[in-house]
Amino acid sequence: MENKLIISPSPHIHGGDSIQRNMYGVLLALVPAFAVSVYYFGMGALVVTAVSVASCVLAEYLIQRFLLKREPSIGDGSAILTGVLLAFNLPSNLPAWIIVIGALAAIGIGKMSFGGLGNNIFNPALVGRVFLLISFPAQMTTWPLPGKLPMEYTDSITGATTLSLLNEGGGSLPSVVDMLLGNMGGSLGEVSAAALLLGFVYLLARKIITWHIPVAVIATAFAMTGVMYLADPLSYADPVVHLLSGGLLLGAIFMATDYVTSPMSSSGMIVYGVGIGLLTSVIRLFGSYPEGVSFAILIMNALTPLINTYFKPKHFGGK
Amino acid sequence: MLKTFRIGGIHPPENKLSVWKKVSVLPVPAQAVIPLGQHIGAPAQAVVKKGDMVKVGTLLGKSGGFISSNIHSSVSGKVSKIDSAVDASGYKRPAVYIDVEGDEWEEAIDRSDTPAKECLLSTREIIDRITGAGVVGLGGATFPTQVKLTPPAGMKAEMLIINGVECEPYLTSDHSLMTEKGEEVLAGVAILMKAAGVDKAVVGIENNKPDAIAYLRDLAKGYQGIEVAPLKVKYPQGGEKQLIDAVMRRQVKSGALPISVGAVVQNVGTAYAVYEAVQKNKPLVERIVTVTGGGVREPSNFLVRIGTPVRDLIEAAGGMTGDAGKIIGGGPMMGKALVSEDVPITKGSSGILVLPRVESVRKPARSCIRCAKCVQACPMGLNPSLLMNAAEFAAWELAEKNYIVDCIECGSCSFTCPANRPLLDHIRMGKGKVMGIIRGRKS
Repeated sequence: MENKLIISPSPHIHGGDSIQRNMYGVLLALVPAFAVSVYYFGMGALVVTAVSVASCVLAEYLIQRFLLKREPSIGDGSAILTGVLLAFNLPSNLPAWIIVIGALAAIGIGKMSFGGLGNNIFNPALVGRVFLLISFPAQMTTWPLPGKLPMEYTDSITGATTLSLLNEGGGSLPSVVDMLLGNMGGSLGEVSAAALLLGFVYLLARKIITWHIPVAVIATAFAMTGVMYLADPLSYADPVVHLLSGGLLLGAIFMATDYVTSPMSSSGMIVYGVGIGLLTSVIRLFGSYPEGVSFAILIMNALTPLINTYFKPKHFGGK
Repeated sequence: MLKTFRIGGIHPPENKLSVWKKVSVLPVPAQAVIPLGQHIGAPAQAVVKKGDMVKVGTLLGKSGGFISSNIHSSVSGKVSKIDSAVDASGYKRPAVYIDVEGDEWEEAIDRSDTPAKECLLSTREIIDRITGAGVVGLGGATFPTQVKLTPPAGMKAEMLIINGVECEPYLTSDHSLMTEKGEEVLAGVAILMKAAGVDKAVVGIENNKPDAIAYLRDLAKGYQGIEVAPLKVKYPQGGEKQLIDAVMRRQVKSGALPISVGAVVQNVGTAYAVYEAVQKNKPLVERIVTVTGGGVREPSNFLVRIGTPVRDLIEAAGGMTGDAGKIIGGGPMMGKALVSEDVPITKGSSGILVLPRVESVRKPARSCIRCAKCVQACPMGLNPSLLMNAAEFAAWELAEKNYIVDCIECGSCSFTCPANRPLLDHIRMGKGKVMGIIRGRKS
């Protein structure tokens, strides 16, 4: 030993949790939804996800290495996760060059311009998606119809999503079973409610997230669309349809729960979740866009610092 | 559902390596170094001088104030010098050095092993004996026991809570004490009940010590008003406020004393020391210490004289392994890294933990990802991430407003952080700073 004792303050042990463990945990939780999207959208799902992940990771690496001149930290898995989540929010027939632009917006503007992981205000994947939605509205709202392991990528047969059918007020909606399984048009990762819920259970079991945000988002959206449905069932859709269609579950479980951009106390998480549920419902029911989850989450991201200021953890012994 | 505290908490690996080892008596050291400040509060004033002959139990230092404690010799021999010694805190503190000759005890001490349950002394006499014997809280905080038993005017205790939780990983000294000296511990509890003027006592023990729970439950049948409460294993349940919440479902408010919710909390080790002080007239001169961790060959429990160098304990536990990297006084969550093996065992030493080098090095810290796992872990309901930032950027007002002074320094936040951030390091520093600011404002 030669008098070389290590001196450091307590605690002297660590639980072994790491950023990687959490990021790769979320990626694992996304595997069922990915499997479903490959089944229904085939080659398109594979290509879009691969291009998105590769360009997010490369963008982060290049920015850190050459612009910020820092040690690249792509090994932590957060860029991969942003890539997967961005892909899950895109139609599976989106041309690769558009995906690359989305990835640059997500990582470059959404994440690195704020200082990288931990410092960004907005969910990077949603920054990328909304950037594309505004820049390429036609391509971003042309949805391939699900098939069985289709081999086409950009020239697949297209159709409407459940929510755009509702927004335009016509057409026959898919059955609840189809919505649960994912047999409907939509962004590639959002279609199967069952697969997303399976991922939710996994995230809870591994204590990667808590229940507060997803439950608050889902319950609020369900209640709000339910009230409108009860008031006027002819003009408004069944709340179950709202719950199972569009990006509500993907958003509530995987996007709204992004650590960096969501509040830190349980009460704050609930306020934030309720806000997302309300804004989503308002946009869906009364807005011109058929879907509002992305906007709702981004708006609540902006309010997160304020929520953190006013909703503190429950203090031992009260005030 | 087992009882436990209601906010935060973690479950670190228990690693009770020495749990099956009976307590063995460590030989008296060749030289004892007995610090005069082994407790919270003012250090004791030396009443011996160089060259004096002392016995086991001879008073070396007299209590130096209201919050202070007597210090007795744990060995017999000759005072070789009164000088400073580096103690477990890493600072030099005044200490009495004694060259050991034989093992002679003061005559007044009853050294028999027969348990003496009956105690006919008055409350005043009990507290006087506790004060005289230099009993302090043996859970690690070393708060003078008599002070806790004399509540501020107008406050009344309802219940005595005995802390047999031992929530720190690795440590088994309290566990050993409960299973090997259960009768004496309960006799001590009964005496403490009388001293505190309560008719109810609850011994809180975590459920990972079923033998201690069963044994004390059986013994408690022989007493009025003593109950054993098994608790769910959760750290830091041994924290005073957490234990009160677990047992009574009452939360002590920020800055208030346990007595404000009617509770007096004492450690099982303290109950045993009280028994010895009151029934056997024996000052606090020895205690049970766990020597453990992957860095020692044979994790064990020893009965050790105060003032024995840590080196002797480690040798008795088979010595250190080649890859030992850190020696900790106390447990892995709240213990202090020791600067050398010469540090003496004091009243507050519950364990010596030697960690292998690989377990001693911290991983590099990354940016906070605001995952809020520290918030969920914090047993005081604080936001450690926010407090660390406030401390780092010297935002003392923000830190104070967010209750930095309520931090009990349990380390659950740093233990949990996936980005390996040294949360407690900064919060501890900030807490000291803010407490200084508050004191300055008052004076």
